[in-house]
Amino acid sequence: MKKLHKLLTTTAIALSLISGYTLAETAQEKGLAIAKERKARDIGWGDSTAKAEMILRNAKGDQTVRKMKIKALEMSSDGDKALTIFQQPRDVKGTAFLSFSHAVKSDEQWMYLPALKRVKRISSRNKSGPFMGSEFAFEDLSSFEIEKYTYKYLKDETINGELCFVVELDPVDKNSGYTRQLIWIDQSHYRAQKIEFYDRKNSLLKTLTMSDYQLYLDKFWRANKQNMVNNQTDKSTDYIIHELVFNKGLSEKDFNKATLKRAK
Amino acid sequence: MNSLSKLSITLLALSASCAFAETQVSVKAAADYRIYLQDAMNPQQADKQFSLFVEPEIYHSWNDDLDSVTFKSFYRWDNQDDERSHGDIRELMWLHVGDDWELRTGIGSVYWGQTESAHLVDVINQTDGVEAVDGEDKLGQPMLNFTLLREWGAVDLFVLPGFRERTFSGEQGRLRGPILVDTDNPQYESSDKDNHVDFAVRWSHSIDVWELGVSYFKGTSREASFRPVVNQAGVTLQPYYGQMSQVGVDLLAVIDSWIYKFEGIVRDTNDSDNYFAITTGFEYTSVGVFDSVWDIGWLMEYQFDERGKEAFSPGQNDLMLGSRLVLNDVDGTEVLLGMVQDFDYSSSRSAFVEASSRINDNWKWRVDARFFSVSDPQDLTYSFRQDDYVEMSLEYYF
Repeated sequence: MKKLHKLLTTTAIALSLISGYTLAETAQEKGLAIAKERKARDIGWGDSTAKAEMILRNAKGDQTVRKMKIKALEMSSDGDKALTIFQQPRDVKGTAFLSFSHAVKSDEQWMYLPALKRVKRISSRNKSGPFMGSEFAFEDLSSFEIEKYTYKYLKDETINGELCFVVELDPVDKNSGYTRQLIWIDQSHYRAQKIEFYDRKNSLLKTLTMSDYQLYLDKFWRANKQNMVNNQTDKSTDYIIHELVFNKGLSEKDFNKATLKRAK
Repeated sequence: MNSLSKLSITLLALSASCAFAETQVSVKAAADYRIYLQDAMNPQQADKQFSLFVEPEIYHSWNDDLDSVTFKSFYRWDNQDDERSHGDIRELMWLHVGDDWELRTGIGSVYWGQTESAHLVDVINQTDGVEAVDGEDKLGQPMLNFTLLREWGAVDLFVLPGFRERTFSGEQGRLRGPILVDTDNPQYESSDKDNHVDFAVRWSHSIDVWELGVSYFKGTSREASFRPVVNQAGVTLQPYYGQMSQVGVDLLAVIDSWIYKFEGIVRDTNDSDNYFAITTGFEYTSVGVFDSVWDIGWLMEYQFDERGKEAFSPGQNDLMLGSRLVLNDVDGTEVLLGMVQDFDYSSSRSAFVEASSRINDNWKWRVDARFFSVSDPQDLTYSFRQDDYVEMSLEYYF
C-alpha cells in the first residue's frame, strides 16, 4: 500500500514537472508540504543549552522528579547532536548521554558511567523504550527530520485556541514503537500543539500536549512545557524546560566521547 | 588533612576570582551485609560480614569549565576483615581543556575496553581486590595524561609515576587462598620498586557502527604472582610485581540489536614467554518484551588465555552466559544473572546475580550473590569453593 502511495506520489510529481501542469494537491503532498514548512521555520537555531525537569506521575498521582542539563547542536545536513547530563535522581548524577541523530540511518549513542569511568556505546535500537522511566520514549525526544516519516494531511481543526492542520505521520523505521502519529500543527507559526501516538496494535497509546510557547531569537518557538499522558496506564510526565539559551558558541568539538567523559 | 585544607583554600581562592565558577558536592555511602552460605575453610574466617563505606566527591570548575578539580575519597570499614577496612584517594585531579587537547594531572582512574566478563586491556589502574570479586573497583593512580583530539581519533599519552599494590583479603576475610598474602612485603622486579615510572599510550576512535581502540603499556604489572615465604608468622605469600609490556586491541560493533565485543592482548614479561589472551562475544537486546516496556539482554562471552592452566587469570578457557533484565520503571530496576563455565576444568563453574532498584531519590537497594562450584584443586578458583555468598546493600546518594 505504501509502495503504491509512493508510486502515485512520484507519478504525480513527475507529471506536474513534465507538463508544467499542476494537479490538485493530494493529502500526501499537502502533509509533506506542511512538514517541510515546519522544518524550514526551525532552521538556523545553531546551538542551545538548557536545564530540564521531568515530573513523572503514576496513576495514583505520586510524583518523582528527574533533573538534567541538555546541550544541543544543529547539524545542517544531518540530525542534531545532543549531550544530556543527569543530575537527579542522585544515584545517576553524573551519568551522561551523547547522541548523534540521523534522518535515515540508525542514531549513534554513547552512555558515560561515572562510577566506572566508562564510556559505553549503546544500541539505538531501543528507541521505543522509555527515557529514564518516563512516559517519553527515546524517539519522542530525538530531533524532527523530514525523512523519518511519510505524511498525510487529514483536516483542519482548532485546539488550544489555534487553527491547526491535522497531519498523520507514519514512521519509516520499523523499530519505531508506533504505527502512526497524529499531529496538530498550528497554522499561525507551524508549531506542534498536540501529538497522539498510536501503538503497534494501532490503539491510542499516548497524548502529548505542548504549552507555554516562547519565542527565541525572534524566530524559534519552543514549548517550555510538554505534557505526555499515557492513555492506557494513566501515568503521565511533564517535561519542563528552564533557562533555555541559544548561541552559546557550541561546536562539534563539544559533542564527542571526550566531552561526554568530562560532562558535569 | 593538611593537603586537603590547602586544596580547599585554593578552591575558595579560585572560586572567588572567577565569574564562571561552579562547585558540586556529592556523596555515596552504603551499608553492606554479606552472608556466606557454607562453612569457611579456616575457622578464623568470618561467616557474616558487615561493612560501611563512604565516598564523598567535590568538583569545582572555573575558567568557563575549561579548568576543574575533582576530589573523590573513599573509606570502607569492615567488622571482620582488617584488610578490607581501608581508605583511598580515588581521584584528586586537575583537568585543563584546550582547543583540541586535554591535560589531566593528579590521581585518577581510566577505563579501557569493551567486554563485560573480563577486562584484559584495562591496565592503568590497580584493582581494589578486597572490594569485590569482579575486579571492577580500582585504586586511584597517580598520572599525567595528555589527550589529543583529532578527526582521526583520540590519542592518550600517560606517564604513571608510582605504583599501587593490589589489596587482598586478610585473615578473617573470605574469598582468599588458604595461605595469606603478605601485603607488607611486596617484591618487585624493578630496582625502583613502587617508584617505577610506567608509560602508556592509546588511540581510540568511533567510525560509524565501530568503536576501535589500540593501546600499549610498559611498566609494572598490576597482576601479582606469589612466592611462598616461611617466617615467624608461618607461611605467607609474597606478592611479586614484574615488569611487562602489553599491546591491547579492543573493538565493538553495533548492528541493529546486536553489540559485538572483542578484546585481545599480547603481553611480554621477563618471567615467562610472550602470550596472548582474548575475550570476545556479544550482547543481544530484545526491547519491549512480553508486550511491556521491559528489555531483556542476552550476553555471551568467551575468554581464552594462551598459557592455559598456567594462567594467573581464571578465564583461561571459559564461557560466560548472562541475561540482563531492565524494567525501565521509575525506580530503574535491573537484574543481571550469569554463569561462567570452565572448559579446561569441566567441573568448575560459577554463577552470579546482581539486582538493584531505587527506593526514592536518595536511597537504593542492591543484592549481589556469587556461587562457586569447583572440585579440581588445580583451578585458581578452587580456594573460593566454600565462599558462596549473598550480599544485601542499602545505598545512600546525595
